[in-house]
Amino acid sequence: MNAVAEAIAFDLASQKLRELNQFLHGDLGMVKQVRVLNPDGAHSIAVGVNAPVTINIAGHAGYYAAGMNQLADVDIAGNAGPGVAENMMSGRVHVHGFASVSAGASAQGGLLIVDGDAGLRCGISLKGGDIVVGGDVGAFSAFMAQAGNLVVCGDAAENLGDSLYEAVIYVRGKVKSLGADAQFEPMTDADHVTVAGLLKQAGLTHDPKEFKRIASARSLYHWNADANQEY
Amino acid sequence: MDNNTPDTGPSLEESWGYDRKTLDYIQRASATGLYEIRGLGAKRRVPHFDDLLFLGASLSRYPLEGYREKCSSKVVLGTRFAKKPVELEMPITIAGMSFGALSANVKEALGRAASEVGTSTTTGDGGMTQEERNSSKTLVYQCLPSRYGFNPDDVRRADAIEVVIGQGAKPGGGGMLLGQKINPRVAKMRVLPEGVDQRSAARHPDWTGPDDLAIKIIELREITDWRIPIYVKVGATRTFNDVKLAVHSGADVVVVDGMQGGTAATQTTFIENVGIPTLAALRQAVEALEDLNMKGKVQLIISGGIRSGADVAKALAMGADAVSVGQGILMALGCNSGSYMQGGKHISAIADYTKLGTAPGFCHHCHTGQCPVGVTTQDAVLEQRLEPAVGAKRVRNYLKTVNMELTTIARACGKQNVHHLEREDLVALTVEAAAMAGVPLAGTSWIPGRQ
Ligand code: SF4
Repeated sequence: MNAVAEAIAFDLASQKLRELNQFLHGDLGMVKQVRVLNPDGAHSIAVGVNAPVTINIAGHAGYYAAGMNQLADVDIAGNAGPGVAENMMSGRVHVHGFASVSAGASAQGGLLIVDGDAGLRCGISLKGGDIVVGGDVGAFSAFMAQAGNLVVCGDAAENLGDSLYEAVIYVRGKVKSLGADAQFEPMTDADHVTVAGLLKQAGLTHDPKEFKRIASARSLYHWNADANQEY
Repeated sequence: MDNNTPDTGPSLEESWGYDRKTLDYIQRASATGLYEIRGLGAKRRVPHFDDLLFLGASLSRYPLEGYREKCSSKVVLGTRFAKKPVELEMPITIAGMSFGALSANVKEALGRAASEVGTSTTTGDGGMTQEERNSSKTLVYQCLPSRYGFNPDDVRRADAIEVVIGQGAKPGGGGMLLGQKINPRVAKMRVLPEGVDQRSAARHPDWTGPDDLAIKIIELREITDWRIPIYVKVGATRTFNDVKLAVHSGADVVVVDGMQGGTAATQTTFIENVGIPTLAALRQAVEALEDLNMKGKVQLIISGGIRSGADVAKALAMGADAVSVGQGILMALGCNSGSYMQGGKHISAIADYTKLGTAPGFCHHCHTGQCPVGVTTQDAVLEQRLEPAVGAKRVRNYLKTVNMELTTIARACGKQNVHHLEREDLVALTVEAAAMAGVPLAGTSWIPGRQ
């Protein structure tokens, strides 16, 4: 097997982002690993990838890194800008630093791991993906989240889980406030198993028993006069 | 009887401010504690294309021979950045309407009709169905705030993407699909529990403001390898600025939806009181493009109350490149008709309108999911009332008629191409329309507010 063909590097200091993404959208042949050097906060790195390839971004990424990812395993050595792994369908995206706003927005599948903190609206409109945040999450995280899990190992800011549908949130630290229709619920054995599994995949060793469960009270599911402008 | 009393029965004087409509509204609100939600668009009279007229050819302009000389209606959309712009035979497209609001049968019928006449159709909130992709030669895929059903496979198989910022019926508002329309298939596509009232967000989840939108558009271009056009759709409000911002954000095509545009379910107060008329928005949009020297480089699609070939001709003369039709298409399918077709026979739907508390000609009950003619429903029985073949034929006939009317008017104005229609071919019937459209009041050279 040709070792050169299995790994390839793109240096964004000298090569265009377009070349990288076009390459990732083509027939990757034997290529199993793509390294992205000098990303320097570029936007839309490795978006729309639909192949089981490992992509190592050697630095900070701008907006929408690994957006709409399918199958790929994307590793971001630095921080990620807004909308990292937005609308991910499958695969895995691992941010070793911090993630900005809207991390994992509307992700339908796959796993997003953020080692540091995530900004506002982490997991907004989540549709089945899983997100594990090693640090804290900002306000309005999991806003209108429909399915999937958001695991927060640190604290959560204001209005967590506002207008939540069927996604479930687990928080280890403090929750500043819950949003409309979100409520604390007792952790079940199934919750412990879910949290343990996601922590394991994220390489974290917290005790699942330290987490609280937040889910929808489902009082906004039907439009009625008594909702009093809650939505 | 007193000789001075006229023999005409009691004198009934309806209040202008508290007419029957207002009384109904107050009494309904006090009985239910809820605002009214309904479908279709604004019902109030606003200055519209009806208030404009064409100056046909005479001595100062040559007409075209109606039945012999060709008049082209082709249009190309998305020439700015896309490698593969959308090429259509007619500048009349089918507006975005969601699977969820409409049945799968209807979506299929629209795709078939659009393909037959060489135009595009558009998905809506809720994603792309296999039926509509299969039946549509040119399909525009909407990227909405809810992102229901939005996925990269469909992005790649779309012919254009329309980033929806707003809708004319409810600029600044999100959406609501009432639970009765969430059948198992709709629920699955949207990843929602069956039967819940489904809310759609008003803002996109991963960007805020025009600077972010520019980056979002680049992401969509990168995902699609810069192949297909990106449209940006705005509800008509501050249209001059919005169109400029959409252009700065990198849109290939800007879609402006005026306040008469339809909706599947929105608060009546929103439909009737927010946004500006299509006529006013169109003029502002064209001026924004002219101001940026982008007229012809970024194409403009106008929608909101476009019904006939005359409306299309007037929109094009004012500077639009194409129009988009929603409610007209529903009506072509049988919306507000007293009957539906089943096995080649007309069957009365009057009793079902009555059940909804309405009648043909007055219905706006799309939100109920109980459409008497099977157009805006997910009900397994009701949706059978619209046979895709019948629907496709009716929509095809309607679009063909509208396009023929358009070319008839263009020929009468001496144009070999419908896009040669121009503002100076138009005059206005009312001072309001003259001011909004920026064309002179008929018989004068007066454009209110401009001269
Ligand atoms: S007839 Fe059907 S489509 Fe038309 S307004 Fe009534 S419910 Fe809506």
